[in-house]
Amino acid sequence: MTIPTFVATPGNSPATHPGMQPQMPAWEHFAHQADIGVRGYGHSPEEAFAQAALAMIAVIADPRRIQAHETINIECRAPDLELLLVDWLNALIYEIATRHLLFCAFDVHINGHHLHATAWGENIDPARHQPAVEVKGATFTELHVDAIAPDRWRAQCVVDV
Amino acid sequence: MDPARLERHSPHEWHIPPSGNMRVPAILYAPEDLILGMDDKVYEQLVNVACLPGIVKAAYAMPDAHWGYGFPIGGVAAFDAAAGGVVSAGGVGFDISCGVRTLTTGLQRKDIEAVKRRLADTLFARIPAGLGSTGVLRLSPRDMDDMLKGGARWAVGRGFGEMADLERTEEHGQMHGAVPSAVSPQAKHRQRDEMGTLGSGNHYLEVQAVNEIYAADAAAAYGLHLDDVVVSIHCGSRGLGHQIGTDFLKTMAMTALDFGIHLPDRELACAPLDSTLGQDYLGAMRAGINCALANRQIITHLTREAFATILPTAHLHMLYDVSHNTCKEETHSVDGTPRRLFVHRKGATRAFGPGHAELPAEFAQVGQPVLIGGSMGTYSYVLAGMPTSEPQSFASACHGAGRAMSRHAATRRLSGRQVVDDLAARGILIRCVAQRGVAEEAPGAYKDVTVVVDAAEHAGLARKVARLEPLICVKG
Repeated sequence: MTIPTFVATPGNSPATHPGMQPQMPAWEHFAHQADIGVRGYGHSPEEAFAQAALAMIAVIADPRRIQAHETINIECRAPDLELLLVDWLNALIYEIATRHLLFCAFDVHINGHHLHATAWGENIDPARHQPAVEVKGATFTELHVDAIAPDRWRAQCVVDV
Repeated sequence: MDPARLERHSPHEWHIPPSGNMRVPAILYAPEDLILGMDDKVYEQLVNVACLPGIVKAAYAMPDAHWGYGFPIGGVAAFDAAAGGVVSAGGVGFDISCGVRTLTTGLQRKDIEAVKRRLADTLFARIPAGLGSTGVLRLSPRDMDDMLKGGARWAVGRGFGEMADLERTEEHGQMHGAVPSAVSPQAKHRQRDEMGTLGSGNHYLEVQAVNEIYAADAAAAYGLHLDDVVVSIHCGSRGLGHQIGTDFLKTMAMTALDFGIHLPDRELACAPLDSTLGQDYLGAMRAGINCALANRQIITHLTREAFATILPTAHLHMLYDVSHNTCKEETHSVDGTPRRLFVHRKGATRAFGPGHAELPAEFAQVGQPVLIGGSMGTYSYVLAGMPTSEPQSFASACHGAGRAMSRHAATRRLSGRQVVDDLAARGILIRCVAQRGVAEEAPGAYKDVTVVVDAAEHAGLARKVARLEPLICVKG
């Protein structure tokens, strides 16, 4: 499997201007008083999930500084797409915490209630990655996975930092 | 929040009378200017909490309340198991038993001036902080279970600290009723090498100086004098607590309807106290409390070692250790009748008044120390529980300043380097892993903690004892 090329490139810098139409796939952060929201867009739920994951990584460090030296596989299962997004992000948080990895690219597949994905990344290097915070968990706050236009999916939630 | 939406009972107390599915009123303790600064989500979340089964008296918001997850941060709610009450993973939050402990040092401000830079560097080198840092211990499965049952008492038994530390810690350093088997293997795995680590975000270790005394009686009982140097440590249960929160939030959200509980917000995820799930959560959450107490105890030991190398005359004694994300079973008087209640404090500090049986004898006359962390570069405060703390809010007070600016906004408006330089110009040394993390925690990103503690005092939640000024801040 080749590493998806649409993520973590300068062309996918976050769409932070409120009126800006993001070029899909893309990600952005949104404000929450205590914490921060992560939002991914894509042509499919899978792409939106991958971009939301990238948005979460960008809370911690600049994804463009992370290299794809390690590969891990992730599986999760949940009764609906929204809980599946929370599970997916929490699975990544768990891998970051226990393997001390940061990720820069994702390939996500969803089949009904089941998600399987590949994530590429490398060991955390505090000097180079300058990790700003540790993400404690993905939350149900502002949790949405929906088609906001034909062929345009959005996946978002607030993460606790 | 528009104060016109609230019933004003005094300049510092506002009510939302029960309506719709609310079982009790909601009560906010804050002056009008803090109410105006609160997000409308705080109103919505308080109303939602007031709808939960078995809630007693009221859903409370402390003066530092802000938009949280399900419960507002700065929220307090008590539930009675006999009245169908619930325990909520959302009402405790991800960072179970996050809290503050303060140590006196026996030193004066002038004693550390010449070595301040070396002390800052040594503390930063000795105390693991930031994402991916690992602690001095790697726990075997058996050690993990012992730690989850024993808390700070376990840590002292392993040589991290002194027995006297335990008497100055809530629950005497060990939360009873912890059930390590209710904690998932994932949560334990996440904690395996994180003992004695500070974490990141708003967690820190600060060396501070007492720069104002407000209450001589309590300051004397707490061992605080003007210009004394103290150390405050703010952190929690690390990855273990985060994973317990993650595990139970999902399970409780998915099963609430099975218990006949209609959640207005999935983040209010809860289970009846008398259900297996509710009891499992209590067992796991109490293990999380022990993890946080052990973590702060190990960091205390590392801090003592760092001081010993630079300032061998220092003696670091525990002032007190408080937790501000918990659910604890306590006895409270409700309409003159003592009742066993499960008090959720989410971003709120327990504030027992004078004479409470849980207090060390030396604090019996003055009340419990309530340790309020400021934001980086601003004051912190030591408060004391008051006789009115109990009837006002199940003996609870604020926990910090509360954010005024989102992290998103802070990183766009403030540069980490500039924040560090500005603080250095004021004589405050910052040691951190990443500059961006500093921008997110900059003083300007938080409400004025002084306004918050004044509000707590005026509302009768806790009285001001001493103000602490930062000298060194180590953060992840």
